[in-house]
Amino acid sequence: MKKIAAKLASVMLAGTMLAGCGGGQAPTTEAPAETKETASEAKTEEAPAASGDAKTLELWTFQEIHTGFYEKMAGVWNEKNPDRQIKLNYTVLPYDDMHSKLLIALQSGTGAPDIADIELGKFANYLKGDPQLLPLNDIVDPEIDNIVKGRVQIYGKDDKYYGICFHIGASVTYYNKEILDQAGVDPATIVTWDDFRKAGKTVLEKTGVPMATCETADPWSFWPMLSSQGGDLLKADGSPNVDSPEFIKAMTLVQDMIKEGSIVVAPGGFHHAEEYYGFMNNGGAASVSMPLWYMGRFTDYMPDLNQKMMIAPNPVWEKGQPRSVGLGGTGTAVTNQAKDPQLAKDFLAFAKLSKEGNIEIWKTLGFDPIRTEVWSDPALKEPNKFTDFFLNSPFDVLNEIKEEIPAITAGENLPKVMDALKTTTLFRAFEDLEDPAALVADEQSKLK
Amino acid sequence: MMNSDTNKAAGKHKGLRDFLYSPTIAPYVFISPFIIIFIVFFIYPVISIGVMSFQTVLPGKIEFIGFENYKNLLNPTFFKAIKNSVVYTILTLALLIPGPMILACLLNSKKMIGRNFFRSTLFIPALTSVVVAGTVFRLIFGELPGSLMNQLIGVFGFHPIKWLRIQETSFAALLFLACWRWTGVNILYFLSGLQNIPEEVNESASLDGATALQRFFHITMPMLKPITIYVLTISIYGGMAMFTESYIIFTNNKSPKDMGLTIIGYLYRQGWEQNNIGFGCAIGIVLLLFALILNFAQLNIFGLFKRED
Repeated sequence: MKKIAAKLASVMLAGTMLAGCGGGQAPTTEAPAETKETASEAKTEEAPAASGDAKTLELWTFQEIHTGFYEKMAGVWNEKNPDRQIKLNYTVLPYDDMHSKLLIALQSGTGAPDIADIELGKFANYLKGDPQLLPLNDIVDPEIDNIVKGRVQIYGKDDKYYGICFHIGASVTYYNKEILDQAGVDPATIVTWDDFRKAGKTVLEKTGVPMATCETADPWSFWPMLSSQGGDLLKADGSPNVDSPEFIKAMTLVQDMIKEGSIVVAPGGFHHAEEYYGFMNNGGAASVSMPLWYMGRFTDYMPDLNQKMMIAPNPVWEKGQPRSVGLGGTGTAVTNQAKDPQLAKDFLAFAKLSKEGNIEIWKTLGFDPIRTEVWSDPALKEPNKFTDFFLNSPFDVLNEIKEEIPAITAGENLPKVMDALKTTTLFRAFEDLEDPAALVADEQSKLK
Repeated sequence: MMNSDTNKAAGKHKGLRDFLYSPTIAPYVFISPFIIIFIVFFIYPVISIGVMSFQTVLPGKIEFIGFENYKNLLNPTFFKAIKNSVVYTILTLALLIPGPMILACLLNSKKMIGRNFFRSTLFIPALTSVVVAGTVFRLIFGELPGSLMNQLIGVFGFHPIKWLRIQETSFAALLFLACWRWTGVNILYFLSGLQNIPEEVNESASLDGATALQRFFHITMPMLKPITIYVLTISIYGGMAMFTESYIIFTNNKSPKDMGLTIIGYLYRQGWEQNNIGFGCAIGIVLLLFALILNFAQLNIFGLFKRED
């Protein structure tokens, strides 16, 4: 008995030693990597064109759902280009993993895919030094007047564009109409932050629910308050802009509303926390300001708000200021290790710049596409899970604020400033309620 | 002709045989897999990390910048990360050595009921993925009144706490996770040590009238010393290198005011999240030196380098 126990113990010991060694490894935040051969036999039958002489394009992404979109576009491409057949080979990796692996592959000059999805918050990392991505000006320039220019500019450096976005990411305010109705507040009358603050007091009085939530671990709700004033996280020259008057003004208002009780810090600290989803789903707050890509979070994680939410432009400081800003995004890039760069670029242009591509982006992914003409296309009025969920159409709002969606300033310092905002700046401002002027001066000094 | 061929073949065989059976060469052959792996996967990376810590490392722009990276290390965020890692290490040592040692003694006692059951169940947490466990703990320490911990303290009349937004309680969550996860492993180490203590020693001590406590302090503890040193060594390394737990508990390495940022967390943030690989290497070198000094000091104090007489 003892011998068996000892043997068992030694086997377990060996196992734990191995496990112990794993402690210092890079983290795996989600499921392990999965490589999918999508254009396999079954699929090739559907699209008979993708036959033997099809060229394989390696594509890396961190979003499983993006592959569904690319797959549809590859099918259409193969139908239209019988002499330039492609076959997409996907590698879906967790967010951090993919970005780190791509960085290493580009740095070392080997192992990178032909095409890669790179998230905006990380994109600046790939533009440091000599960018290892190919400039896309030859495919973007002919279409530049048809798309929202800012959505390629944010992936640019020295007048060259290196990525094409999936969406505008137009920031809007989602109102819980049920709560506002109880309080007798009409969202159409909320134009300025003063209106918002007054409405907030009424809502709190009548329903006991805060008007809005603010984030301490993400910048999405705070950023539009800067943009409408013409402010941003970075100065025009790309240096950190945290101690700007716009920061102080926006922080002061949020702090005042927190003290009044009409804004609370989002449970979990940001609008992607499990706690927040539950809180909001139960009617925890009357509104939230997030980009349009947040629609999917409502449909997937807050089902009880079905037919209760309406989409409206953000409040501004003074009438006439831009009521939105393009936030977040994923730029698709072609790497300099692409085996057939022209083919990769042409397919990318077809998938993300063409009219049919942009309609498909809405249909498959539910994003607000970057090509403006499609916003009024009948295809976008067709019912889907988003039009069924919200009380009004996102595209009615988009068309209304069409001219009021400035681009953010992107640059090498963006990851650093975003990181400061997500960890310290906003937490000190909204959780600890520190004096805004002193706080931003201190934060700015740390960023230098 | 044939004869000389066979001779040649035999000669070849003989050469190989001599080589393999040579008492001077054979040991090197046997340890060569380890040596090769050690050189390729440890020595080489350490040297190149050392070199890169004096460079900016960007595609097409690799240049030496002297001690710039090390100068940049002198910033409050890095000091906070060091403080967090050191405090975490010390607290995990304080919790994860005495506790499991006592539990192992209990589990080793024949009077203990259901000891095999406890042995296996206490080990189960070590088999779970840190990512899954971290996510579950994040929810247990949720800030809403409905979270498990808030309901627990609610029974005693306390108000809900924002566990992961306060320095002390967020550290408590990290330690709780560490204890839950590693207690079983350390118990196993100590159990294997306990099995090596001859029963006669304990028996004769009790015949002489030694109490259980006396036996624990004067027999068990001294005889467990080698195992304790081993556990201490790997725990120091483990504590200083802690990262995944904090990464998961504070979603994506973003702890408020860096209250859960560890040295590796800072390395990861600088090296990967912000693509300052050279700077990240400098952090790695500092961590390596830190852990080396700590471990050497500790091993020296326990006399591991002394010649056994």
